[in-house]
Amino acid sequence: MVATKQGLTSEKQSKLNGILKKYDYKKSNLIAILQQIQEVYRYLPEEALTYVSVKMGLSPASVFGVATFYSQFSLNPKGKFEIKVCDGTACHVRGSMPVFNAIKKKLGLTGEKITTDCLRFSVETVSCLGACGLAPVVMINDKVYPKMTSEAMSIVLDELMKKHV
Amino acid sequence: MINGIAVDMIKEQEKSKEYIKQMGTRVLVCAGTGCVANGSLDVVKRFEELGANVSMKKERVTTIKTGCHGFCENGVLVMIPDKNVTYVKVKGDDVEEIVEKHLKNGEIVERLLYRDPQNGHIQQGNSDINFYAQQTRTSLSNCGHLNPEDIRESIANSTYLALSNALKELSPEEVCDIITDSGLKGRGGGGFPTGRKWTFVRTAQGDKKYVICNGDEGDPGAFMDRSLMEGDPHRVIEGMALAAYAVGADEGYIYVRAEYPLAIERLRKAITDAEKYGFLGSKILGTKFNFKLHIKEGAGAFVCGEETALIASIEGERGMPRPKPPFPANKGLFGKPTLINNVETFANVPGIMINGAEWFQSLGTEGSAGTKTFALTGEVNNTGLIEVPMGTSLRKIIFDIGGGIRNNKKFKAVQIGGPSGGCLTEEHLDLPLDYASLLKAGAMVGSGGLVVLNEDTCIVEVARFFMNFTQNESCGKCVPCREGTKNMLRILEKLVAGKAELSDLDILEELALAVKDGSLCGLGKTAPNPVLSTLKYFKDEYLAHIEGKRCPAGVCEAFKKIVIAEDLCKGCSKCARSCPVDAIEGKVKQPYKIDQNKCIKCGACLSSCPFNATKEV
Repeated sequence: MVATKQGLTSEKQSKLNGILKKYDYKKSNLIAILQQIQEVYRYLPEEALTYVSVKMGLSPASVFGVATFYSQFSLNPKGKFEIKVCDGTACHVRGSMPVFNAIKKKLGLTGEKITTDCLRFSVETVSCLGACGLAPVVMINDKVYPKMTSEAMSIVLDELMKKHV
Repeated sequence: MINGIAVDMIKEQEKSKEYIKQMGTRVLVCAGTGCVANGSLDVVKRFEELGANVSMKKERVTTIKTGCHGFCENGVLVMIPDKNVTYVKVKGDDVEEIVEKHLKNGEIVERLLYRDPQNGHIQQGNSDINFYAQQTRTSLSNCGHLNPEDIRESIANSTYLALSNALKELSPEEVCDIITDSGLKGRGGGGFPTGRKWTFVRTAQGDKKYVICNGDEGDPGAFMDRSLMEGDPHRVIEGMALAAYAVGADEGYIYVRAEYPLAIERLRKAITDAEKYGFLGSKILGTKFNFKLHIKEGAGAFVCGEETALIASIEGERGMPRPKPPFPANKGLFGKPTLINNVETFANVPGIMINGAEWFQSLGTEGSAGTKTFALTGEVNNTGLIEVPMGTSLRKIIFDIGGGIRNNKKFKAVQIGGPSGGCLTEEHLDLPLDYASLLKAGAMVGSGGLVVLNEDTCIVEVARFFMNFTQNESCGKCVPCREGTKNMLRILEKLVAGKAELSDLDILEELALAVKDGSLCGLGKTAPNPVLSTLKYFKDEYLAHIEGKRCPAGVCEAFKKIVIAEDLCKGCSKCARSCPVDAIEGKVKQPYKIDQNKCIKCGACLSSCPFNATKEV
């Protein structure tokens, strides 16, 4: 793999340099560095990973290895509203999957696709948000919605759709 | 304070108590993740808007955002300890009434009090509400009673007193001995004696040692550690500082799941404040003891709950476990001797140091000392966070504290210990919950998730759910775990799809034992537990899926058919609009029909019909 083959813009480079500097280019901070990059781009672009590996003196394979190991990281762009449907045990037995299916239908997502074409919404299941007392729960960005149903979710999504326009 | 560093803890505590006294009447609003989701920030805002932070009838009132009260089912919880009153399910609109009646005139707002679901009796305060009255809260004693973002409140409640005493009066060895004598065992699931672990690290050779707090609470259905970190972060920090002193460490990490942003925020604030007061950093409390504490955010990997995987993750690697020995006590983080304990384990330490080892022993049973927190969830009336002495029976937890099964359904099983644990049935209801008894029954205490299942839960589906989870989270290092869980999942999927044969059950069991034996870490070693325990206690349900071609609980979609009763359908089209796959067609005001070929049996139409015309058959 050739470093920065797609040519990062200088603006992006300086952003990445800022993050790398903040974390001292230290290997033990790699996960924190990737988290920051994902916060900026909402995913981990391939060229950014390659850039990081070169700058940190690590092999691209080891950086990709970390990026693909942890479920928090995504190599594909995510939506502005990240919808996480909790599918922990308590949520599962109280019906999280019908809620998940209803969201996918409302957003027109089928099969493995998790992000809408307009990059507004992405939806996925997560293993446990730790709000089991209020199952089933859905988290959109950092807000937790308790005791969700398909109908309640539909109202929430309607509001978010308006907000964005 | 000398140069901003607290030296005399007794004086410091007196000062903080005075500070709390001048707050007057304290209104404690739960701001744990659960209650925040239910709108508790709005409740706090209303209290503040309505002037509840100023004098009322010459008496001062202070509204305080606390950590989790535990009774999540009834959030938002508002506690006014002065009068022993707990208001439940409080909404922003109810605040005015509380202010006018309770705070200004001293009248209790009866309609917001908790009513026992079984007899309808009003229960006014925490000491009356069964959910609380039957618990023994020690590590959770401050949770919900103080503002976790104000260190002075923690100090007033004796936090950091044990640290101060130990630094002045005890040698590291003596601290280790007290923990050993207390019989405290690891609360994260393993159940290894904590004092022995500390002694290993204390006696390990090395000039640099680390202490790590494992806050990677990945078990689906568990939130004890989250509540502790959010509700009483200083207790966890004090426990870690005591451990660091005991083992000779000067640096530590708290590893927290990224899914817990509030816990991370509160811990950050707590560490900064503790440094200011000289409870962390260099020359702690004016002694020679140094301890620098950092936070590491996880990135979503269940296997990082395993100690060697967690260490790899802190080092910036893929979180994969490695063989032991060498144990982390000798070769841990960055190759140095390292102590790793779970959040709840650390939270137990200050109490033991203050009250003594014998006190702790007296709380539990032989071999399982102390109390244990559990996250009680699922089909039980009172979901929430509880703490009970080790050895408490499941019956007491589910029926007395939990208030029985929701909607008068029948108890079927309780899943304990998450994906590493097992299902226990009616015959185990009187089993004492302790390490030994649970292992004997094929389950484990685990981190403390208790998910109650009723007659409408399909046990085979639950086993599939857990296998799907562990298969996803298997790091892939050991072949038996990587491939074995995959094949076990394949068989369980065949079972719920109605395509399994009798011989599959034998293969399933054989695979389960192979995965158990052939895996390096706890994930693989325990992944088959949900399958093995359900095969043991619910074999008939497995057989029904194969021979009877039916799902006794009526859950598995392959055996289900949803139809619309023509005589009940008014043709309102609600069901058709709720259907995610457009399987329902018809004309408005005429009975609708479900296309069974298209239907994925998700059940969305069942809840959407206002006339109960959609039915499962």
